[in-house]
Order: sequence, then structure tokens, then C-alpha cells
Amino acid sequence: MKFALFTGCVAKGATRELMLSTMKSAEGLGIEFVEMKSAACCGAGVVSEKNPLLADALNARTLAIAEEQNLDLVTICSTCQGILKKTECHVDTDAAYKEKVNNVLEEGGHHYAGGKIKVQHFANVLGTEEGLKLLREKVKRPLTGLKTAAFYGCYVLRPSELSLYDNTDDPTGMEEIFEILGATPVYYDSRTKCCGFPIIMMNKDASHDMAGNALIDAVDSGADCVVTGCPLCHLSLDAYQPEIHKMNKKGCSVPILHLPQLVALALGYSSQELGMDTHVVTTTGLDKILAQ
Amino acid sequence: MATFRIKRYNPEKQAESYYEEFELDIKHGMTLLDCMNEIKWTLDGSFTYRMSCRSAICGSCAVKANGHSLLACQRQGAHLVKDDDTIVLEPLGNMKPIKDLAVDFKPFWDKIDKINPYLQPNEKAPKEERKQSPEQFRLIDDSSTCIMCGACYSDCNVLEVDDNFLGPAALAKAQRFVQDSRDGKTLERVRDLSKPGGIWDCTHCAECVERCPKPAQPFHRIKEIMTVALDQGVTNNNGARHALSFTKSVKSSGSLNENIIPVESVGIFNIKGLFDLLPVGLRMFFKGKNPPIFHKSIDDVEDVKRIYMELDE
Repeated sequence: MKFALFTGCVAKGATRELMLSTMKSAEGLGIEFVEMKSAACCGAGVVSEKNPLLADALNARTLAIAEEQNLDLVTICSTCQGILKKTECHVDTDAAYKEKVNNVLEEGGHHYAGGKIKVQHFANVLGTEEGLKLLREKVKRPLTGLKTAAFYGCYVLRPSELSLYDNTDDPTGMEEIFEILGATPVYYDSRTKCCGFPIIMMNKDASHDMAGNALIDAVDSGADCVVTGCPLCHLSLDAYQPEIHKMNKKGCSVPILHLPQLVALALGYSSQELGMDTHVVTTTGLDKILAQ
Repeated sequence: MATFRIKRYNPEKQAESYYEEFELDIKHGMTLLDCMNEIKWTLDGSFTYRMSCRSAICGSCAVKANGHSLLACQRQGAHLVKDDDTIVLEPLGNMKPIKDLAVDFKPFWDKIDKINPYLQPNEKAPKEERKQSPEQFRLIDDSSTCIMCGACYSDCNVLEVDDNFLGPAALAKAQRFVQDSRDGKTLERVRDLSKPGGIWDCTHCAECVERCPKPAQPFHRIKEIMTVALDQGVTNNNGARHALSFTKSVKSSGSLNENIIPVESVGIFNIKGLFDLLPVGLRMFFKGKNPPIFHKSIDDVEDVKRIYMELDE
């Protein structure tokens, strides 16, 4: 399996452990990633607030680069995934708009044709028949006894017509991966909710409250850890967990993992090799559970 | 035979709500509302909910089915039966139940009132009608389809934690006037809508898009107001500064500079705001999570800059 890897900005910045563990997962699974080094930021739905055409032009340029590489595009961030799919939809469903966007790209030597490549989150790739087969073959250290709660991230689920999950109100894609890794999935209501990160600069209390409610729900449902496919969710749930504790009368401390970290743990990599020591909330408890 | 697990509430008889189960044979073609009527008419006449048109026009029969809001008359009952042969019915969220599935819509309507939901033209009324071109109408076509059912309000993730948020329905209604070619108060409107509780408090979860039974799809309308607010120069707030800083960062390097964005979002002269950023900043620094101090540009960033130039940004 070979893909064009759209890293997104945060995996190169505040969550470099996501990039590290993605590459370790790929190495362990034998997946080849070709990093898209000239692709611009997806805009995270924020650039489009300023200028919707600009956001679509930048993202259509990214899709065009993947077409030039003749590789399906893989994201490792729920937000990047949702935003790229949104542009794909805007451009593919309106021929006149596509022409307008391509006119902007032309001078840079790019042209977005459409329909040539797939845009998938890494979790979607692992959830394909081929991906699940690969996981089954490569798991070296089953995560037996680890109660694992998925936190999907809004943008891979909604709007549902852009999602690659069949049932966006009750998705099972991440939980199926957990089971193959040997972990025990924990189902809880908040797993499809918002982490609050997009308003962390505008309405801090509401943002932390949203994250806190999700964490309490996961812990009350028995989770040892929360696993997310979105680095923004990771920042909200992990880096701000001390603030969340202060706000919530009912305290809870739970480690937050990136999906590739969980995968790579099962492939036999150590928590240090996956940058888990850089998390704000310690993950040492997980090593103890896995050592039992 | 399906089991309807219905959340019942009658404060005149019992302070706490409880769930009651009803067995019903869902006949071919029955909507969820048909099922609810059947339960009321044949099994328990005290079962209370709102309904009227049965045609997804009046917006009265919105309820939560299996945890998510929808219009009961717009969905087939059989399609909602879960694997365990049940359908769970509950009142809409983010509003107080009055009895069974009927909730108090007062906060919903109060917020609609807050956005001045009427045309405010600058000039006097003409002798004949005010005309709009198809292009002008297209801007407000989607938001004008809102039937005020409250489905978006019910499942809004922000309203679950902050009553002050105007909410998706009121903001979608606001877009209908912000972008109405006949309205003369665009600037005043976007100034009001940029205050705390307004457009910038939307968390992009798109639950409202998912629940909206019409093309109104509030999240998309909220984004349209944001663009108008920025175009109108209403930028003295964290949300607008965040959007401007983000857009500028991508222009200069092709990627996001996470060290700069928080500082520019709260405002570089906002001492308290900057001070508030310190704990998480230091925490991340000591864990080695801080983004690289020397921000690296993507390859071929010149092409990104060219696109910005071409689009006047």
C-alpha cells in the first residue's frame, strides 16, 4: 500500500508525536507514505471564514498534487480530512466553479481533474478489508485488557454526506481497529461529540466544558484511555486537561492517545518510541495495564 | 413488533422523569409520528407531544429518536428501529421538558427575537414591492427554508454547556437578514452577532447541519455571516483576529504557525489574555510539545503566495 501523506500542520508542530507514531505504524505495517511537502495547510475551516474561494483553491491545489503523484491521499487529522472532502465536494459538483478554481491554479502548473484519487483518513485506510487484514497479520503485542474509548472528531463524521463512515451517529470503524489490536472498545455517548477546540480562543470555558464532559463520560464508561484520530482533539483533551480538571467538580484523569500510537503499540513499539512521554497527561498507567 | 421506550414526564404527578415501554406493530409506510399517534390513540391517551401538519412544513413534531433530534413526521418508523427492536423517544435537548416530549421553547424564541428577525431597510417603503434579482435571493434562499423546529437547537454541542450562545436557528435566521439585499443594517447586525454568544462561539461541530430537516443548515449560514463580518471590518474580537491571523500565517509559510496564532487571536496588547495563555504554553514547553520556534515554510510556498495575490488576499 502506497499513499500520498498529507500531514497537516499540527502533526509537524504541537503534536509531533503524531507524525512520529504515524511513520512507525507505517513502517510496522509495510505501508509506504510519500509526504506531500508542497501541500499547503487545509485552512481548518478558518481560512474559508475569510475567503471561501481561497480555501477551496488551496485545497484543490493539494488534491491536484496528489493526482500528479498518482496516489490516493491519506490524512492523519480529522479536521484536514473533513476540510479536504468539503473542497472536493464544492469543486466536483459545480463545473463552473471547478473551472474558476483551476484558472487560479493554472499559473502554478497545477490542474485538479477530480475523480482520480481517494481522500481518506488513516483510520479509514486501516478500516478497509486490506487494512484490517494487514493489522491482523502484524500485531505483535495484543493490547489485552486495555479498555479503549474512541473519540472520532467532528470533521470525519459531519456533514455525513462527506464522511467515509457508514453510520455517523453510531460509527464502529475505530472500535473495529481496537478489537483487532486486542484492546477492548468502550462505547459511550460522547465519542461523536465536539472536543471544543475550535472555540478555545473565543469561549474558553465552553470549550473546556465540552472536553470535560466527554472525558467524564469516557471514564464513567470504564475507559483506561481515549484514542483520537484528530490532533486538535488531542490538544483539547490532553494539553488542556489540567484546566478541564479545575472547571469540573468531578475530576478525572485519563491519558489521550493518537490512533497511530495505539496501532504502533500493538505492533511492538515502545511508548517512548511513539513520543508518549511528551503528552501532558502521563501514559505510564497504560504500560502497567499492558504488562499485566 | 417494536418496543418504543419513551421518556415520560408529568410534574403534576411525579417530579422525576422515567421511561415507559410500549409495544407496537409498525405497519408499512408508518412515519414515526404515525407510530406516536397510534400509541396515543390506542395505548395511552396521556402521552403528550406536539404535532400539526404531518408534512414536514410546520416544524412542530421535532423529538429525539435514539439520541438525535429529527422531525417525527419526516422519518419512517421502521427505519429507526435499532438492532434490539427498540426505538428510544425523548424530548428535544437544551430545552426544559413541560410534559413528556413537549418542551418549553421560550429560550429558543427569545434568541430568535434577539437577532431582530425583520427587514430593516434604510429607505422608505416604495409604492410597489422591493425587487431582488435571482442572484440576490439565492444568498438567502437556504436560510429562509427554516421551519423553526428546534432540531438544531436541541443537539447543538455549544448550547449543552453555554446558555448564552444564540444557537444555530437564530444565527441562520440572522444570515437571512445580514445578506438580504433590501436590508440596511448589515454592519450593525454583524457587530451585534460578533459579540460573545454570537457567530464566533460556534464550535464547527456541524450537528446542526446533520439534524436540520431543511436546506437551512445553520453552520454553513454562520460561516457566511463570519465572512461578511470580516469583509465589513468587524475584527475587534478573538474569533475575527483568529481567522485573520490564521489566513495570514498560511500566506507567509503555507502552513500554520501555532506559536503566533494564540497570541494574535487574543490580541498582542491584551495583557490578561496573553497571561491566560501562559500555563498551557509553559506546560507544553516543558513537555517538549511546543511548536518549533523557527517556523518552516512548505516547499513551493511561492505558489501559495501567488494564489493569495490572485485572489486579493
